[in-house]
Amino acid sequence: MEITEEEFARAVNSRSKFPIYEKMKGAVIGVAGLGGLGSNIACALARSGAGTLIAADFDEVELSNINRQMYTLKHIGMKKTQAIKEIISEINPFCKVITHDIFIDGQNCAEIFNGCEIVCEAFDNAESKAALVNGLLLSNKEVKLISGSGMAGFGRANDITTKTVSERFFVCGDMKTDVSDGEGLSASRVMVCAGHQASKAVELILNR
Amino acid sequence: MAKINGEEINAKNALVIDFIKEKGYSAERVAVMINGEILPKADYAATRISDSDEVEIVGFVGGG
Repeated sequence: MEITEEEFARAVNSRSKFPIYEKMKGAVIGVAGLGGLGSNIACALARSGAGTLIAADFDEVELSNINRQMYTLKHIGMKKTQAIKEIISEINPFCKVITHDIFIDGQNCAEIFNGCEIVCEAFDNAESKAALVNGLLLSNKEVKLISGSGMAGFGRANDITTKTVSERFFVCGDMKTDVSDGEGLSASRVMVCAGHQASKAVELILNR
Repeated sequence: MAKINGEEINAKNALVIDFIKEKGYSAERVAVMINGEILPKADYAATRISDSDEVEIVGFVGGG
């Protein structure tokens, strides 16, 4: 279906007392990792009218991702960067998605996410999470970082919270359930955490 | 008294790295904020926590 940006903006703003789309349109948000957290965060932000997303991941979609990630069976074998770009174009064609098909670490993150006012950390690996948080907060004194930690398993959705660590660093999750404990990962619980991260990002943008 | 992860603690001028170990975290899986500023990993073994410091040690777990 062909729609105009005005129609899309009106739909995003419907039932809201204040304009959402216009603020979100000016936002540049980074999503570091496009797995269970990142693919859900990126889609939530696109639905709220995010103007520009910088989406980075080195990986390809595989069958073991389908239990919690936004991809569908037809995306298996595709680069996650390309798959998410395609999915977002079908949700919000006015959202610009800049992709980086690269393994992100504490060194290259500053350049990849240069220009972002907010970055959502959405990795799977605990060491990679720590490396990004340390690398980005040290190298960029302006960016706000929203991290995810502790969303493995099922249930206990109310244990997942958003913690304000500092003015520009937030951590979402239950802070303790580690996937290496063998609890598995489920769409429902990962989406609760991704929802917290995306919600905090939107809140920061609408309140600025 | 220093405040570490919201708790008032007599830090006794201890090193950040000792607190990380005491909490059961691995230095490779944490981010440390002192008075709202991120502390570089290279400084964990040389930085002492003084009274009035507000310290947040965030330990990351896997999954995403």
